[in-house]
Amino acid sequence: MDDLDRRIINQLQGGFPVSARPYRDAARKLDTSESELITRIRCMLDDGLLTRFGPLFHAERMGGALSLCALKVPQARFDEVVGKVNSFPEVAHNYQREHEMNMWFVLATETPQQLDEAIQNIERCTGLEVYNFPKQTEYYVGLNLQV
Amino acid sequence: MTDSAAHSEIIETPDDLDRRLVLATQAGLPLHARPWHWLATELGVEPEQVMARVQAMLEDGRIRRIGVLPNHYRLGYVANGMSVWDIPDDIIDDVGRQVGQLHSVSHCYQRPRHLPDWPYNLFAMVHGHDRQEVMEEVDAIADLLGERARSHDILFSTRILKKTGLRIGG
Repeated sequence: MDDLDRRIINQLQGGFPVSARPYRDAARKLDTSESELITRIRCMLDDGLLTRFGPLFHAERMGGALSLCALKVPQARFDEVVGKVNSFPEVAHNYQREHEMNMWFVLATETPQQLDEAIQNIERCTGLEVYNFPKQTEYYVGLNLQV
Repeated sequence: MTDSAAHSEIIETPDDLDRRLVLATQAGLPLHARPWHWLATELGVEPEQVMARVQAMLEDGRIRRIGVLPNHYRLGYVANGMSVWDIPDDIIDDVGRQVGQLHSVSHCYQRPRHLPDWPYNLFAMVHGHDRQEVMEEVDAIADLLGERARSHDILFSTRILKKTGLRIGG
């Protein structure tokens, strides 16, 4: 990663223009060219330095539903339960964490009703209680990573 | 009004063009010199219509932002701890806003308790280069909150079991 890559990461975490030639407009602020900016973004995506480039949608405001859920999975059943939980397409992220509640996943659905159904189906499929932690208030979202 | 109350007023079924725009861009914006024009051709509408719609979605918050999403792990932020706090309900909004402003915190939400198993109602994700750094950041939050936090914990992630990103169907 060179200086230009760093500046792209630091300065382009938001604010990409909605204009006819947005890469050209963004490139000017980064003191580079349109084609160079496009190439750099493509390379950093291919290389895995960037997870994504584009609009980040606010799921609930699009009418969808999200929730963070947790399970207490007995150690001996962990791998089996991972397979079952991950098989649900509504499970977007799933992390193992160090706690008695050792599996934490995010459910994302197009409607709030589908979210409730997914929770019931996961409980039925795993035989474990799903602890549901829907967002009540959002105070901050958006890591601005500086490199 | 809490933010979640504000959401419920805005929730609406996205119309067909909005939905098709999400489907066309949720994997990313085209890396073409005229990406909005390229999308317009794909969707069979005018470029001005796409740009106006995207601008409107930015303004009403359906699009949070447009830009790069760096891969934390590749940038060396390999430790992530979910810090969780038991905060009295009557002060949680003040505390949540204060914690959310800290540089080390990437997400900060009020979520429900599940008593008696789970007394925590404030969740703040803390990223760092290693566990020590995350623990120091969480200690700093504990100092900042003092007696306003009745108890807290950090749940470190030990393994990513699935990460597909958010997708709608279609």
